[in-house]
Amino acid sequence: MNRAITRKLAAAATNAYQSKVLRKNLCGGANASAATSTQINNHIHEDKQSFTHTVHPYDIAIVGGGMVGMALACSLATTPLTKHLNVAIIDSNPALGSKVSIKKEDPPDPRVSTVTPATISLFKDVGAWQYVQQHRHAYFDKLQVWDYTGLGYTKYYAKDVNKDVLGCVVENKVLHSSLFSRVEDTDFQKTIHPSRLTLMSLHPSSSSTVESSSSTEASYVNGCLAKLELSDGSSLYAKLVVGADGAKSQVRQLAGFKTTGWNYSQNAVICTVEHSVENQCAWQRFLPGGPIALLPMGDKFSNIVWTMNPKEAADCKSMNEDDFVKAVNHALDYGYGPHPKSSLLASADMFSWLGGNLVISANDSFEVPPKVVKLASARMAFPLSLMHAKDYASRRVVLIGDAAHAVHPLAGQGVNLGFGDAFALSRIIAEGIAVGMDIGEVSLLKKYEAERKPANVTMMAILDGFQKAYSVDFGPLNILRAAAFHGAHHISPLKRSIISYASGEQRLPLFS
Amino acid sequence: MASKLLTKLGAIRDPKIARNPNLPLNATRRLFSHRPISTPPHSPPSSPPDNGKSAHKKSKPTSSLKDLELAKFSAIADSWWDSVGPFKPLHAMNPTRLAFLRSTLCRHFRKDPHVARPFEGLKIVDVGCGGGILSEPLARMGATVTGIDALEKNINIARLHAGLDPVTSTIEYCCTTAGGCWHPLVNESQLSIHVVQCSSFVPQKLVKEQKMFDAVIALEVIEHVADPTEFCKSLSALTHPGGATVISTINRSMRSYATAIVAAEYLLHWLPIGTHQWSSFLTPEELVLILQRASINVKEMAGFVYNPLTGRWSLSDDISVNFIAFGTKNGQ
Repeated sequence: MNRAITRKLAAAATNAYQSKVLRKNLCGGANASAATSTQINNHIHEDKQSFTHTVHPYDIAIVGGGMVGMALACSLATTPLTKHLNVAIIDSNPALGSKVSIKKEDPPDPRVSTVTPATISLFKDVGAWQYVQQHRHAYFDKLQVWDYTGLGYTKYYAKDVNKDVLGCVVENKVLHSSLFSRVEDTDFQKTIHPSRLTLMSLHPSSSSTVESSSSTEASYVNGCLAKLELSDGSSLYAKLVVGADGAKSQVRQLAGFKTTGWNYSQNAVICTVEHSVENQCAWQRFLPGGPIALLPMGDKFSNIVWTMNPKEAADCKSMNEDDFVKAVNHALDYGYGPHPKSSLLASADMFSWLGGNLVISANDSFEVPPKVVKLASARMAFPLSLMHAKDYASRRVVLIGDAAHAVHPLAGQGVNLGFGDAFALSRIIAEGIAVGMDIGEVSLLKKYEAERKPANVTMMAILDGFQKAYSVDFGPLNILRAAAFHGAHHISPLKRSIISYASGEQRLPLFS
Repeated sequence: MASKLLTKLGAIRDPKIARNPNLPLNATRRLFSHRPISTPPHSPPSSPPDNGKSAHKKSKPTSSLKDLELAKFSAIADSWWDSVGPFKPLHAMNPTRLAFLRSTLCRHFRKDPHVARPFEGLKIVDVGCGGGILSEPLARMGATVTGIDALEKNINIARLHAGLDPVTSTIEYCCTTAGGCWHPLVNESQLSIHVVQCSSFVPQKLVKEQKMFDAVIALEVIEHVADPTEFCKSLSALTHPGGATVISTINRSMRSYATAIVAAEYLLHWLPIGTHQWSSFLTPEELVLILQRASINVKEMAGFVYNPLTGRWSLSDDISVNFIAFGTKNGQ
C-alpha cells in the first residue's frame, strides 16, 4: 500500500548503513522543519531499494500518549524555554491523532478521574482547563467518609480550608482531549507515531562501527541519542525518552528499572449511575470487602468505584442491571451495618481545647447518599495493585505517571500524582535548557526524581496504610478506626491538614 | 553587600596601602609585583614529553608554582567528564555558574533570557576551559565559543567530547603552549605546531592577532595562575571595549580555608589534596582592584553556597567562600 511520504530524503547511501538494514527498509522519523502541526507519520514499503535519509533526531520521545503523556507535551508546548523542542509521541491508539469531538449528549464514560485543586491550577497554568470546562465536569465541595460499623463518620467541606472546591470529577477522555486541544493550539512541533515500542537502545554496542554519512547515526553511536524501534518497523532517535505508558510500562521494562509492589486481592468495579436528584457531594463508605465511592459527575450522573474481592467483582459485573442497582443502594445505605449517629455538640466541644477555629462541618450531621435510580453505562472491572519503580530516571530515560507508580484508587490520587510528575518534569527540562544542559543528562533527571519521589512515596504509603487498615474486621481495630473518624471530623487542625494534603496544596502531610 | 564592597574599593588608590600585614608574603608579591613586560618568558608546561621541543627554565619561584599547578591538572585530566570523579564539585556547581552568566550576560547585551539560545551572535572565550565543562553549555545556549587551556591533554579531551554532539562540535579549542588554534574541521596533518613560549595562561597569539571577544570568561582559573595581575591584563586585552569579563574564584578567608581546603580536600575528599593553595586565593576587594587596573569595572558579584542536605549549589549574596564577579571593559 502506497502512502505519501512527508519528509525529505538525503543524498548518498553508504554501504555500511545499508548492511545494517535487516529487512525491508522503512523510513521513520519526520521532517522537523516542515512540521508546524500534527503529522501522522506515514511509511512506505520498498522491497528492493533501501533509502538512506537524514533522520532528524527528536529532542524528546514521549512513549504513551495518554493523559499524563499529553500533559507533559502540553506543558512543554506552553513554556517559552521548551516550546521549540521537537517531540515524538508514540502511542498505538489509532484515534490519537484525529480530533475526537465529544458531544454533550454522549453518555458519561465510566472512566473518570477526580482532579485535585492543585491539578486544576496546573491545568489553568497551561491553558487547558478552559477546554475541560466546555464539557461535562463536576466540582464538589463536600466529602463524607464513613464505614460499615456505624461507629463514626467524617465530613469534609471545602469551606474548612477557605476554598471553593475539594476537587472536580472529569471523564478521562475529556481531560485527554483538552490537553490535546491545547497542544494543537500552539505551533508545537510534535509528531505522532501510531505504533508500539519494541526495542530501546540507550548504549550503542561497541561492535557497531558504522561509517555512516548520517550525523544522527554518528550521534547515536557516540551515546548522545537513544534509539527507539517501533512495532511497525520504523526507528527514531531522541535525546530523551519519557516513559508515560502506564502501569505495564514497556519503557520501564526495557530500561531495566526494578520495581517493588504487591497485588491487592481486590478488583475495582466502575460504572456510571443516575439519580433522580442532583448529587453534589462525594461519598465513600468503607465496607468489609473494600470501599465504595460515589462521585458526582454532573447532570444527575455519578460515578461508582467499588472495590471488592475478584469473585464478587465478577459477580457484580455479570449480574443484571436491576440487581446491581439494588446492590449499590444496599452498599451505600444500610448494607453491612448501621448508619453512624450524628455528632452531638458536646463531643465537638471535647476537642475544642486543641485550638484552631472550629470547622463548620464539625457541626454537620450524617447524611445518606442519594439513591441510585439506574445504571447509565457498562460495568468495568480491573485488578488493583501497588507498584513503585525504584528509580525514576537514568541516562536518557525517565518515567512519569503510572509507569513510575500505581496506587489504590481509594483517595482518587493516582492520576494527580501523574500530572504532578508531568508538570514537574517539564519544569526541570526548562531549567536544564536555561543553563545549556543536555536534556538527557542524569544529573538533570535525578533532580526531577528527587523532587517527585518523596511526595509520591509518602502518598503511596498513606494510601496503602488506609487500604490495610480498612480491610480487617476486628473489634478493637474497628473502634480505633471509629476514633480516627471522630478525630478527623472534630479536630479542626487535623481536618484542615488532611484536606490540604489531599487537595495537593501541601506536599507532605505535616502540620504547617 | 557587593555594592558596599565596591564603594569601599573606591577609596583604595595606592596598592602599597592595600598590603595587609596578615597576608603571607608570597601572596602579596604575587599580586602586586610590577614585573616589566619584557621579562623572559616563563617556563613551559609540565609535560615536556608531549611536545619535546620546550625548553625548561626554572628562573623564578613563581614559575615553579605554575608548573606544579599544571602537573596537578595533568594527573587527573582523563576524568574531566566523569561526573563522580575528582571534578564532581565542578560538575555540580556548573548549572549555578551558568545561571549567573545567563542573567548577567543577557542583561548586559540586552538579550532575551527566556529563549533557548540567548547567546546567539555572541563570541565568548572560555579561558582555562579544561575539559570543556563550561564551553559546551555555552555553545548549546547559542554562543560562538572558543576554549583555551594551557594543557594540551585537556584540549584533546575537550575536543573529543565536544565532537560527540553536533551542537557542541562548533567549539574552537586552542592550547596556549602550542600557540596555534585548531579549528574543528581542519585536518590534523595540515597543522604546523609552533612552540611559542608564552608568558601567561592566555595565548599571546590571540592577543597579538587582536582577536577580541564579546565576553571573556575565566572561572576557577585565577587561583592557579602565577601572576593574577598580568592574567587580568591579558583577559582585558581579549575583551571588546564595552564587552564583559567574568571571573570566579575562591575567597581568601578563614571560612574558605575551613571549607575549600580542610573540608573539601582533607575531610570529604572532594578534591585531591593540594588542588588549591590558600595563599593563592584572592579576596573580592583584591580582585576588583586588579581588574580595575586592567580597565575592567566590576558591576556585579555573587557567591555560590552549597547545601549539604540537597547536594545542590545555589547563588547567594554570601561571597565568603566561592564567588563570581562580572565586570565590563571600559568602552572607548
